[in-house]
Parts: sequence; structure tokens; C-alpha cells
Amino acid sequence: MPELKVEVIPEGTVIDHIPAGKWLKVIEILGLTRPNGGTLLIASNVPSKKLGRKDIVKIEGRYLSEEEVNKIALIAPLATVNIVKDYKIVEKFKVEIPDKIVGILRCPNPNCVSNHEHVTPKFRVESREPLKLRCHYCERTIEGDDILGNL
Amino acid sequence: MGWKGRDVISIRDFSKEDIEFVLKVAERLEEGLNEKGSLDYARGKILATLFFEPSTRTRLSFESAMHRLGGSVIGFSSASSTSVKKGESLADTIKTVEQYSDVIVIRHPMEGAARLAAEVAEVPVINAGDGSNQHPTQTLLDLYTIKRAFGSIDGLTIGLLGDLKYGRTVHSLAEALAFYDVELYLISPELLRMPKHIVEELREKGLEVHETTDLEEVIPELDLLYVTRIQRERFPDEEEYLKVKGSYQVNLSILKNAKESLRVMHPLPRVDEIHPEVDKSKHALYFRQVFSGVPVRMALLGLTLGVL
Repeated sequence: MPELKVEVIPEGTVIDHIPAGKWLKVIEILGLTRPNGGTLLIASNVPSKKLGRKDIVKIEGRYLSEEEVNKIALIAPLATVNIVKDYKIVEKFKVEIPDKIVGILRCPNPNCVSNHEHVTPKFRVESREPLKLRCHYCERTIEGDDILGNL
Repeated sequence: MGWKGRDVISIRDFSKEDIEFVLKVAERLEEGLNEKGSLDYARGKILATLFFEPSTRTRLSFESAMHRLGGSVIGFSSASSTSVKKGESLADTIKTVEQYSDVIVIRHPMEGAARLAAEVAEVPVINAGDGSNQHPTQTLLDLYTIKRAFGSIDGLTIGLLGDLKYGRTVHSLAEALAFYDVELYLISPELLRMPKHIVEELREKGLEVHETTDLEEVIPELDLLYVTRIQRERFPDEEEYLKVKGSYQVNLSILKNAKESLRVMHPLPRVDEIHPEVDKSKHALYFRQVFSGVPVRMALLGLTLGVL
């Protein structure tokens, strides 16, 4: 299979090394499912040395900030991000889990006030390895599948 | 961090210095009360007590504290008589009530409600219990009671007994005790053990922690025994409750093996976990513990109002 070139988009952001099947979650988290979210090119289930199979998301004509992209570290901790300008990669970085997770994860505690009142759910990262988050409101910690299941 | 305008939401927001400061102010206020009967630091100030679920004891304690500071109190003791019944949001209730008051005390069945109230309100908010999450003023009054009874918290061997799984009181107390040099015995039925992450956190902070189901075996070691009720209402399954109901009873017979100086605390209300015959013994500290709520809450009200 020929190697996939990130250069195929002239300008924009390429997110590589997303676990296979997670591309939809990635574009949801980044708010790219909206009509004005940008033109997307998706490659799914691509063979990968690092992951076995991976997804790649290319966003044409838009540069995502490091902070925006870091949100996807929750589901794609090994993802790499390439910023492309004039067919060249001008910046490359690995995603990092931010200190605070705001607005992208619902608290799994049914009695948490964030599930009943009009508030943006917020979490503080307590540990990165293994990933453990603490709800800003109910103070419960969540890990593993509870995080993935509530994205 | 200054105290005027500060919210009191979770014991996790407190440093050891904060805790010690509140205890010191409470002690000063208790001495003032003993001398004068009541004080007038908060004259002209209004406390709003918003109790979205009933808790007579905590509400009366806050009301008593505000009256003893010379201030006055407005509020409600159940959500059924308020606009919440009409569908009003918590944020709107808070924004409305703060127009009438200088400080708000909130008890709410949802976890995180007090944090949300504090984010919305311009006036200080004090958490009087949010679901099974936090009850920081209970923890502070527990620490105050221990300090008054023993002179110091450091060096004590403390047993926490009963429902260590669902009991928010023992969770926050254990977290606060991690600031001190104490040895902890966690005594509970297997089904009601302290959550693993709390035990791990205590050990990480350097506390010596023992877990056991056997009260009789460990009672001779203890300086303090903190008893909690096995709370029927917290069990998702009635059958599970019946398995552990009445697991422990502290009575004079079991206390025979305890140190003379052992003190017994309980956040109350109790059901059958402490026999009434213990009330008159030198071991009983739980009614004194109830009294401690007044100076500690006076301290918190006065500090957050900026009048102390």
C-alpha cells in the first residue's frame, strides 16, 4: 500500500495516529461536525506500524490551536498533529492532555448538579497515567471506560 | 487567601493553615460566648439558609451561630415551599436570594450544588451538605471537638467505625486528618469498606492506615472512636442493607477493654450503634461535638462576612 502523504492538502491541519474507528469522535470533540467546521478528508482503518490500524483526519484551510487539539488526547493519546502551509509541514507536535477538560465530557454521576442544571461540565486532570479526572462539581473521580463512555 | 467573601464548599479547598486558623477563631469565640452569652460582630447582617432537603440539626446550628453573632436569619427548610417546585433553576434561586442576604448557607440533595451556587453568587456561600459529596463544616467541627478534648490532634490513634463506604462525614474527616500525624483504624463490614482511592490517598500522604472488621480486637489501641450510622437511605439495594444492619454496637461492655481516656464521637443522629448507657460515661463526646458546631459555624460566618 502506498504511503499516505500529508502534503495532499495545501493548507490546514492533519491529525495522525488516531486509533482506528475514532475519527468521528475526534471531529465531534473539535466541533468540526458543524456546517462551517471546515472541509474534512478522512482516512480510516489505515495500516500503521505504531497502532496496527489508525485513522487520519485532515482539515483543509483551518489551523487548529494546540489547546483545541489537546482535547483529543482523551481518546487518542498517541495522536500527532501536523500544521501544513503551502503543502509543507511547518509544525508538528504530539497531543498532550490539558490540565482542565471543559465542555467535552459529561459527568457519569447521575446525581451531579452538572447533569441537572444549565452548566458546562468541567474536570481537573488528577493523573495522566493512568488517566484520572475529577469532576469540578461533584468531586468524583472517573477513569477508563467511564471517560470514554461519557465523551 | 483572604477570608472576606470566601466560599466554604469542600474540605479539599482548605490548607492545614486554613483549618488551624478557623479552629483558633472558633476557640476565641467560644471563650467570648462563655463570658458574654452572645456577641455582636454580625449586627445588621443577614444569613439566608437554603435547605433544599431537611436537616434540622445543621440548620438550627447555623441559625444559632448567626444569632449568637448578633445577626439575623431568613430561609426555608424544604424545597417544596419554594419556586423550585415551579421549575426555577438553582442559579436563579441563588441570584434572587443574594439580593436579600449577606451570606448563604445551602444544603442540597445534588452533588456539586454548593459549588455551582458559589459560582453564581456574589455573596459568600457555605456548603451545609451536597448529596453524598461534602459537608465541610461538619469536618471542621469534628476537628475542633478533637482538639478541644485532647489538646492536640497530632499523635492520636483514631478509629473510624461503621459505614465507611457511603458516609461522607468519614470521607472528609479522613482527608482532613491526613494533614496531621495520626494513626487510623478503619473498622467496617466488608461491604462498607472505605473506598480504595481514599485509603490509597491517605497512605500516599504518609498516614499509617489499618483496615479491619473487628472492633473488639482494636478498641484497646484507640484514643478516639468515631462512630457512624449505617445509612439505610444510601443503599441502592435493601437486601444489602439488611446484611450489614446492626453490625456494631458500642456499649459499656465493649468499652471495658478501651483506654480510660478513649472518647467516642458520632455526627448524629444515631440509631442503635451507640447504646444510650454510654451517654453518661466519661467516654461520650458526641453531645459536646454537637455544641462545637456553634462556635465553628460562628467562625466561618464571621470570617466570610469579614466581621471578625
